Amino acid sequence: MANNSDQPIIRQGKWKYTWHMMKTNKACYAMLLPFMLFFTIFTILPVVMSLPIGFTNFNMIETPKFVGLSNFYTLFLNDDVFLIAVRNTLIFAIFTGPFSYVLSFLIAWLINEMSNFWKTFFTFVYYAPSMTTSVYVTWQLILSGDSYGYLNAILMDLGILNAPAQWLTDTTYILTVVIIVQLWMSMGAGFLAIRAGFQNIDKSMYEAGAIEGIKNRWQELFMITIPSMGPQLLFAAVIQISSSFTVGMVGQNLVGLPSTDYAAHTIMNHATDYGSIRYEMGYASAICFVLFAAMLLANKGINWLLGKYLD
Amino acid sequence: MARKRRKKQQSIDKLKVSEKKKRVNGSLGGDIAIFVFLCLLGAFMVFPLYYSIIQSMKPVEELFVFPPKLYVLNPTTNNFSDMFKVAASSWQVPLSRYIFNSVFITIVICAANLFVCCCAAFVLSKCKFPGSKAINQIIVIALLFSSNATWIMSFLVMSKLHMIDTYWALILPSVSTAMGLYLMRQSMTTIHDSMVEAAKVDGAGLFRICWQIVVPNSKPALMTLIIFAFQGAWNIQGGALIYSEELKTLPTVVQQITLAGLARQGVTFAAAVVLLIPPLVVFLIAQGNVMETMANSGMKD
Repeated sequence: MANNSDQPIIRQGKWKYTWHMMKTNKACYAMLLPFMLFFTIFTILPVVMSLPIGFTNFNMIETPKFVGLSNFYTLFLNDDVFLIAVRNTLIFAIFTGPFSYVLSFLIAWLINEMSNFWKTFFTFVYYAPSMTTSVYVTWQLILSGDSYGYLNAILMDLGILNAPAQWLTDTTYILTVVIIVQLWMSMGAGFLAIRAGFQNIDKSMYEAGAIEGIKNRWQELFMITIPSMGPQLLFAAVIQISSSFTVGMVGQNLVGLPSTDYAAHTIMNHATDYGSIRYEMGYASAICFVLFAAMLLANKGINWLLGKYLD
Repeated sequence: MARKRRKKQQSIDKLKVSEKKKRVNGSLGGDIAIFVFLCLLGAFMVFPLYYSIIQSMKPVEELFVFPPKLYVLNPTTNNFSDMFKVAASSWQVPLSRYIFNSVFITIVICAANLFVCCCAAFVLSKCKFPGSKAINQIIVIALLFSSNATWIMSFLVMSKLHMIDTYWALILPSVSTAMGLYLMRQSMTTIHDSMVEAAKVDGAGLFRICWQIVVPNSKPALMTLIIFAFQGAWNIQGGALIYSEELKTLPTVVQQITLAGLARQGVTFAAAVVLLIPPLVVFLIAQGNVMETMANSGMKD
């Protein structure tokens, strides 16, 4: 805008120029301020703070004392429950991450093949569970441990089970059950992004493809559809990582915290346990930091993996 | 004039339909198979929702019938009125207070989130200034750290700021969401720069350009933002942040009722349904807008 008058300032050095630009764009910073204020306090600060507090034995009452790496040392070498939590989180992450991602993609693709009315209808049907956090009571009813629990009743009627199974307290079932409920709720914003990505693709691409000799839906999918919706896929992947690494609420509501023998204990549950029950904030911070680092790493991986679809 | 325009629109629609029918690839058999598959899986998705609605309308005689019925013979609203009685007798706070809390928090969060995100998204998408690039990158990374990942650490921050057990603890963390800003920014970048430039030439300030030109032109994103903010706010659970009974939100109370066990089934399901319906309705109304916004959500960097 003010290019001509800037010339002498540029000569005076880069910093002066930056300072000048900052002054001319005062209004921009003013408009950004309210967002950045809350964003810094409630998102950036918590994430950044987790490392330094992880080095202390903070418990909300006494002044924190520096304890070096001892929290991380305990976490990886002495805390058996944490290792169980890591294992469970990885299992969860595989099912509610990649598995649910591919599932969202497939369902979005299939929905896209329908006519307009059914598109709207099915999108609503599949997205609806993720909007509800209260309906797990129905799941409690279905999975109830006595012979009046619906699943037990059905399976016993069919002769598959002889005695009612304790779906929510027997360690052999807990993880599977929570994963299924989690999957049921996992078609969230990522799913919508993929759905929209399908709608965004230019129809003429398919016609051109047909002329070039594409014969069926599969070829259409791999040669036209996926390459042309890379950005949406990446966005969905980020959302999916974010939700799959922090699973825990559903399990907590469904099978309790801690679950029997820590069978459905995730890293998030572990952090909740130390953070808001035992108030060992130093240790909880260390756990959170490990979780954040893992999420960033997964994000880098996804970026590298999907990078070839982005131009 | 309007009639003429409608006619034109109709003929355009017809064109679209005939284009749709002329599918290039795919067969009728495949279509039917896909439809059946989607219906089956969809039934699994909807069943718990459907069943909790049914269950909430059943009178006591039908609630505990075994095997359970998938329909209601004599629908009642008793469960809903019982819900008010249960809340009043258990915690000395009438249910209407919880409902007020939830509605109040939801409205404040939606309005604040909308205001803050629109301002920031406009600046980040339409202005260049030192630091804008860095902030854009931070936002993309911050999409990872949604509130359910950071709440333990933000609990620490809030306790330092003495916000625990006030409305602020529920409202402020949801005001600035990376997701809201990101979606808003993506859709605002599709607006032509020339419009902004023209307004600048006419002497409008940044704030006026934002609210009179850019925001009205990104209505779909606005609706989407409201939906996401609404879902998040409506489902906020007090958890460790709130312990005074009169400040708790509806979801917290529903959970407290649920803890009483399945014996109080009617009330439990009635409460669950009260929580369930508003987000579904809001989404259903604005679905078209959501799809349009999400189409712009792609990441290109």
